[in-house]
Amino acid sequence: MPIQLQVSNVCKSFGHGPQAKLVLDQVSFDLQGGQFLALVGSSGSGKSTVMRLIAGLDRPSSGTITLDGQAVRGPGFDRGMVFQKYSLYPWLTAAQNVAFGMELQQRSRQDIRERTAYFLEVVGLADAGRLFPRELSGGMQQRIAIARALAAEPKVLLLDEPFGALDIQIRESMQEFLHGLWRQTGLTALLITHDLEEALLLAGQVHIMAPSPGRIVRSVTVELDRRDMAQLRLSPLFLELRENLAQSLRSLEPAGRR
Amino acid sequence: MQLAPARLHRSLRHPWTLGVLGVAVVVLLWFLISNSGVVDKLFLPSPQAVWAAGQNQWSSGLLLKDAIASIQRVFIGFAMSAGLALPIGIVMGTNVIICRLLEPLMALIRYMPAPAFIPLLIIYFGLEELPKVLLIFIGTFFFNTLMIMDAVKFVPHELVETARTLGGRGLPILTRVVAPYIAPQVLDTYRINMASAWNLVIVAELVAASEGLGKRISLSQRFLRTDEIFVGLIVIGLIGLAIDLGFRFLMRRACSWAN
Ligand SMILES: Nc1ncnc2c1ncn2[C@@H]1O[C@H](COP(=O)(O)OP(=O)(O)OP(=O)(O)O)[C@@H](O)[C@H]1O
Ligand SMILES: [Mg+2]
Repeated sequence: MPIQLQVSNVCKSFGHGPQAKLVLDQVSFDLQGGQFLALVGSSGSGKSTVMRLIAGLDRPSSGTITLDGQAVRGPGFDRGMVFQKYSLYPWLTAAQNVAFGMELQQRSRQDIRERTAYFLEVVGLADAGRLFPRELSGGMQQRIAIARALAAEPKVLLLDEPFGALDIQIRESMQEFLHGLWRQTGLTALLITHDLEEALLLAGQVHIMAPSPGRIVRSVTVELDRRDMAQLRLSPLFLELRENLAQSLRSLEPAGRR
Repeated sequence: MQLAPARLHRSLRHPWTLGVLGVAVVVLLWFLISNSGVVDKLFLPSPQAVWAAGQNQWSSGLLLKDAIASIQRVFIGFAMSAGLALPIGIVMGTNVIICRLLEPLMALIRYMPAPAFIPLLIIYFGLEELPKVLLIFIGTFFFNTLMIMDAVKFVPHELVETARTLGGRGLPILTRVVAPYIAPQVLDTYRINMASAWNLVIVAELVAASEGLGKRISLSQRFLRTDEIFVGLIVIGLIGLAIDLGFRFLMRRACSWAN
């Protein structure tokens, strides 16, 4: 698989002069087509900042980000994004939310109708199209947000703690849902999470980030049999891998926070 | 026997029951006191007398003419204010530089009581319609603008940024994200500031006018017709209430998602 998204030597600081704060220090990684990659790190390690730079919502202070060889200059529908906070438009129904991006792209009406139905189906909410966001549970809202991002036909799907606000059971079922979606559609995905288990369950490659300044300190390739996720969560091999990485994460925390 | 208390209980729970009750109690007290002869009729006309005066003004066509004159002024002045406040408030809410330029100025003018502009307006524009309409404009424009600006500033970033990652930019974000999000607050802003518009038109008419509900009140004062003053006050209150309810209705219909 060719490299699709390339992040090279990206630095980002906020503020000017003596108050400038380095938030990302020389972050580099690649993402190949069809790959599922996760960034894990404690709060403040700059994960969301990386995501915003890739999405084009912010500009790096130095370094480059390219998508299919083209430098990222601003936001575009080739990089779909799902935020942690529910970001559905409350005045639109679920189906209208899914259609929203396609309407901005000025696709044909028929195209929009068909793709809306298709992606509602994909996220398992074919019957919920007429409901408003406030009538949907948190998990359903995030699934609609994912459907909305996918319907705009992005090359890469960026997920910034998409399940962070959900409670544990729904979170687990959403993880299984996302894994199934990835296998079914072959999408290229970048997931941000501070939950190591979530990263290991879903991603083929996990980069661990440390704060002050934010940087990648460790990368692991994860090869697991994910067909039975409930089983996997409890398997000794998985638990050992998780504990091993958790320890290295803990050793990275600044002394005062331990 | 079993049924009556249950029904009473149910109707008591209707949100309007107590409000109507409150009005009824006051009217009843008014009726009793004014008819008991304790208070001079000149100070407190009875409800019957006020009703008769109202009928009188209605059949002579005066009441309708006055009401239309006042409503027209409010409508023109407020339409100008609301129509101009919307784009300017949106621009101030989205553009930091324009906001920094205009906000202090507007915040300052907002605290100048609009009636204090009346002498100037009369010197500039005389006693015709223009100064009255402008008074309503001055008294509501700055509030409308600043409140709309605030509504725009509080549009959640996620909603705008989601649209940008879906390929949206510029005008479509304004019309498809910002506008629908602020619509309920804009309507509510208009509803609240409409009350001041309605106050100001009466003030302007008390000062100088040939017709209008405020003018009628000040004429009635000259002839010591307290019954007619009461008619004016009640009609003003009812029209204001009707406008308020109209806005609430519009908001419920157009922005059901926000409730
Ligand atoms: N716009 C900004 N201005 C100034 N500082 C910022 C800005 N955005 C982020 N930061 C700082 O950058 C650092 C990294 O923030 P970021 O949101 O990327 O972390 P994160 O890893 O996503 O954390 P979390 O898990 O809490 O979401 C934080 O210290 C934050 O205060
Ligand atoms: Mg974050």
